[in-house]
Amino acid sequence: MTVNMTKGQAISLQKNDGGSLTAVRMGLGWQAAPRRGLFGSRTREIDLDASAVLFADKQPVDVVFFRHLVSDDGSVRHTGDNLVGGVGQGGDDEAILVDLARIPVHIDQIVFTVNSFTGQTFQEVQNAFCRLVDETNGQELARYTLAGGGAYTAQIMAKVHRSGPGWTMTALGTPANGRTFQDLMPSILPHL
Amino acid sequence: MTAELVRGQNHPLSQSRLEIRVASGTPIVASATLSDENGRARGVEWVAHPGAPTLPGLEVSKQAAADHRLAVDLDAMPEAVHRVSVLLALPTGGGGGPARFGTVAAPFVAVTGLDGTEVASYRITGLDAECAVVALELYRRQGAWKVRAVGQGYAGGLAELFADQGLAEAHRLAGTINEAVAQGLARSVPAPPPRTADGDRTRQSAAPAHGPDQGGPAAPQGAPGPVPRQPTSRYGPQATQPGCPTDPSAVTQPSSPTAGDPVNYSHPGRQAAAPPPPPPTVPPAPPGQPAPPVAGDATGWSMDERLYNQVWGMFEDLARTAAAYRSAVDFADSRMEKEIDQALSDPRSRIGGQGDAAREAARAKHAQLVDQARAALDRDLAQLTAESEVVEPALPPAYARWDNPVWHGYRVPMEIPMALRLGDLSLPESELLRIPMLVRLPLERGLWIDSGRPASLDDSVADALELGRIAMDTAVALAARLLAVYPAGDFTVHVVDPAGSAAQALAPLADSGVLAAPPALGAAGVADVLTRLTQRVDLVQMAVRGGAADSLPPGLDPGEQLLIVNDFPHGFDDRAVTQLRYLADEGPAVGVHLMMVADREEAAGYGPLLDPLWRSLLRLTPLPDDHLADPWVGHAWTYEPALVPAGSQVLQQVLTQVAAARAKYR
Repeated sequence: MTVNMTKGQAISLQKNDGGSLTAVRMGLGWQAAPRRGLFGSRTREIDLDASAVLFADKQPVDVVFFRHLVSDDGSVRHTGDNLVGGVGQGGDDEAILVDLARIPVHIDQIVFTVNSFTGQTFQEVQNAFCRLVDETNGQELARYTLAGGGAYTAQIMAKVHRSGPGWTMTALGTPANGRTFQDLMPSILPHL
Repeated sequence: MTAELVRGQNHPLSQSRLEIRVASGTPIVASATLSDENGRARGVEWVAHPGAPTLPGLEVSKQAAADHRLAVDLDAMPEAVHRVSVLLALPTGGGGGPARFGTVAAPFVAVTGLDGTEVASYRITGLDAECAVVALELYRRQGAWKVRAVGQGYAGGLAELFADQGLAEAHRLAGTINEAVAQGLARSVPAPPPRTADGDRTRQSAAPAHGPDQGGPAAPQGAPGPVPRQPTSRYGPQATQPGCPTDPSAVTQPSSPTAGDPVNYSHPGRQAAAPPPPPPTVPPAPPGQPAPPVAGDATGWSMDERLYNQVWGMFEDLARTAAAYRSAVDFADSRMEKEIDQALSDPRSRIGGQGDAAREAARAKHAQLVDQARAALDRDLAQLTAESEVVEPALPPAYARWDNPVWHGYRVPMEIPMALRLGDLSLPESELLRIPMLVRLPLERGLWIDSGRPASLDDSVADALELGRIAMDTAVALAARLLAVYPAGDFTVHVVDPAGSAAQALAPLADSGVLAAPPALGAAGVADVLTRLTQRVDLVQMAVRGGAADSLPPGLDPGEQLLIVNDFPHGFDDRAVTQLRYLADEGPAVGVHLMMVADREEAAGYGPLLDPLWRSLLRLTPLPDDHLADPWVGHAWTYEPALVPAGSQVLQQVLTQVAAARAKYR
């Protein structure tokens, strides 16, 4: 059963039967919004990039993004860069696979971000969402829709952090500006 | 938003008029049972099935089909009904269809609104010997309806299922249903014969090439199963027009393959490639434990390729798990340092025991994190070690160590293997776990066996002569491996030994007669061999570029060539060095490979001229040395060459066989 998350909401990544999740997928999907005006039928391609930053005690340790597709320890994998987004609705355009059981012991938070690499603001993006899927059975755990795109080029979507023996996901949904995750670091730090 | 249900999960229903879509790869029977608040069906009149398809608020198909739409109106249900169970069963008798759900694709059921939007869906997985299953139930809970994924199968079929629901006439009812289905079958065209090898191109029916999860608004068209020809989805649940392909998709797709199979994209006149042999099956694991490792448990078209991929998978796993461990330890170190610094810089803590306590706390935190990291590493190492223990004995000669028994059963191969083991790789964290270092064949780079003094070694090996001898032994062991894994005559070894200093090490090669010619001695010998090989590279390159590969001179050896150069740079003039560089650059593309046994320091007399040469070669060391980096995280791996164990006769035996095969080949 999907939870539609709102900003600031946190859910525990425990399974209903008490076991904890072993692998999750953070999926990102979007579409370029049709432009109005004389050449309204011409939609510009929008390249959104999903990144995951791994933190140990508030220090960035590793990052997974389109130029570093696998974290050094192999626990976080990016499925590859999508430069144009989805032509239709629904499927994930970029996905980051997280093997929760294999994350190094010192990593305590993973922050997921979305950047507009081509520089358009989120006003020009439609149907953008970020969802968390239990990779072992394909079940969607949580979905967070990038509602009401504003004049910003990045968004800090969510963080997955250790809580007790398991993990918890918190929807952040903070707008920010930047082309890649590096630009977002100052905006990420308050959320750690 | 669709809820993908798992077994036992429920979901609220906000609408009362619903459709239940069923999709499966084969024709199945769909029925529904109503039951009261005690979960009992009150009689056969409470079962909707192909023989009696309509009940108040409920309608099912009259026939078996691969796609069903059941119409449900919950408001029209009698008050006494508290539960609607949706049943699926494989048709029994006639047509020779599958007898159990374990042999067909997992059925998919979805509850949708009348406009086709999915409310909840459920794929019934894990069925085996069952031939009837309760897929879903819709039930009243405090005045509201909910849906629950059930997935309860019955090996005894519908009769057992109905008996379980408390129906006294279970067997008779099951018989009625089967008869109704059989009548439906009789009305439809007979099942087509099994497809011939080259693909039956005549039209049999529309192809059900849809995935089972396409049960949405774009409902699958056409009657899929081999038996009932019923365009179920397009005209509502009851639009049965058996026998005639009125479905437009059947007309517009004249070359659809026969029913029941997905679209066949293979060329009808072309033989399919031989299917790969099935991968080894994993024995079932005891509950609560990971499955035991199996050799060849990777992707690939042959066992060779599977083992190659598995070894590389182990290599990457070890690299990454070590990276996780190292980064955790590094982090623990830096955190402890920072915390201790903080404690020291705080003047208040200098008084009393506060500073000591803070330091102690920092150390404890450090130790705890390192322990955790070590536990994770040990867990992964244990798994990889177990895998290595089953993989090593299963390796073919080209991938195996010299001490592997497989070398004692050596036969000259008919095909070039995918890769060759040059040695073992290990990390300091796990010195006992050795990963085979496999390189693809034909070699893409030449090899440089460093006879120089390794940095890690000071005095245990006394002199340069000794080092040179070990390096040459390594070269001979590797060359013998290359000779052995290539088919007879496909690989030729030349040796240049200007000073004759390696005669003893080269004895196994020279005495067994596998060399093309005795080792070339002196400056003249060097010049002669290099000139011949350079000419060969020129010729083959010209032929390849000119597209005239068949006009090469008849005497030219078509196999790959390996030149072992001992003692470089002794006996090499400038011209010979230039030729050597040419061979290193251009040779691999046309099957001429270099194996240099040399000390870089000694060769430095030629100046930076030779740097590109070293860089183009893969450096190997005769003694274990950590100079190789992995491609993922760049750890320094300790390489240990594949050497013949002392006192073993395996090298002589193998080379004797190679020599005999070469003699026969000529």
